[in-house]
Amino acid sequence: MVNSFPKLLSAAAITLKLLSVSLIIGLFIGLLFAILRLNKNIFVNRFAYGYSYLFRGTPLLVQIFIIYFGLGQIEYLRTTFLWTILKEPYWCAIIAFALNTGAYTSEILRSAFQTIKPGIIEAGRSLGISSKIIFYKIQIPIAIRQSLPAYGNEIILMMKGTSLASTVTLMDLTGVAKYIISTTFRPVEVFIVAGGIYLFMTFIIHNVIKFLEKKYSF
Amino acid sequence: MELLAFGDTGWGDELFYATLMTIAVAITAMLIGFFFALIFTPLKLSKNKFLNLIANTYTTIIRGVPELLVIYLFFFGGSAAVMFVASIFGYGEYIEINAFITGAFSIGIISGAYSTEVFRGAIQSIDKGQFEAANVLGLNKFGKFFKIILPQTLRLALPNLSNVWQITLKDTSLISVTGLVEIMRQSYVAAGSTRDPLFFYSFAAVLYLLLTFLSMKLINKLEVKYSRGFSGL
Repeated sequence: MVNSFPKLLSAAAITLKLLSVSLIIGLFIGLLFAILRLNKNIFVNRFAYGYSYLFRGTPLLVQIFIIYFGLGQIEYLRTTFLWTILKEPYWCAIIAFALNTGAYTSEILRSAFQTIKPGIIEAGRSLGISSKIIFYKIQIPIAIRQSLPAYGNEIILMMKGTSLASTVTLMDLTGVAKYIISTTFRPVEVFIVAGGIYLFMTFIIHNVIKFLEKKYSF
Repeated sequence: MELLAFGDTGWGDELFYATLMTIAVAITAMLIGFFFALIFTPLKLSKNKFLNLIANTYTTIIRGVPELLVIYLFFFGGSAAVMFVASIFGYGEYIEINAFITGAFSIGIISGAYSTEVFRGAIQSIDKGQFEAANVLGLNKFGKFFKIILPQTLRLALPNLSNVWQITLKDTSLISVTGLVEIMRQSYVAAGSTRDPLFFYSFAAVLYLLLTFLSMKLINKLEVKYSRGFSGL
């Protein structure tokens, strides 16, 4: 139990790296698709809805496998520069995570945009602010504040999701835990240590979000 | 398309049975989850601090630790635990637990933590007057629970339970790591032997989409059924 701790701790760093990179990319994807969802053009709207439906209706494991095992099968892709990214399990996992969290984030942000009171936007207009500035300086900050609690949950779900990276040969926290379990055959001890590290990260994320909620409360 | 043919030449029948297996595991896990929720929801709502602590520990751990890690715990630890119990009774042979039981049990424990939270929220949102009215009517504890509280809890919990069902259904894909032949495992085998992973994993995605779509339709019908008389609210 003591011997495995440093190994698991360094694996936790990989988990955190996977999590933070995919969250950053996912946030941009989520924001983009939330805006597309609010577009009045029915095709743009449907496209964004289809994207979020597809990624929320299928297991993350399927998504990783399609990207990691499936895309390599397309001969054409192998000739393009994309192949330098897609042959790395690390980037495949990040692409899958980012697309997945992007879909959930777009739903969270969309509902946040929709709950902004029209009066706030009208107030901005009556002050003569252009609609572009209203969007960037009024709507986006309010939407981000509104969606903080839900987004906090999404971060924790995504942290648990990164454990799937172990299925495509990445040695993240769960991957190393599984390796130690299968070599030492001590599932309970390893579960306690690895689970404890995950719980600690959940605890930190939970409190950071709580702090931000308080700081940016109206 | 011939890859999906039924019989010896294609993978159609294998994938069909795998889909049935996914449905069976998901339903079993959901029921096991309800069983856990039945135990832990009262503990969560209890005024006793110690019972609260037990229930909170359960839901916090399960919701903070990856599903895969929980599955590994039961997959590797399950047979050891059963063998330990058996050795107390003087049975020393190796016992292997069925992959279906391990899978359904580990997903069930996970689903139970979410169900517990849903039921807790639903019971807490029932108007206090309902409890008081039940007392006034002189109903005993069981009558109060089964006739007054439970029917209302079900109606309030149904929308959130449908989310839990979606999570449970998608989580079943993770038990493919234990070797249970459900959609994901069968696609993995088919992809390996035909060297066509893109097709089979995409087909698996379609199967999951179909399952979530159909179950949403069904749950929506149930929601309408259980909220009759409330449509005006």
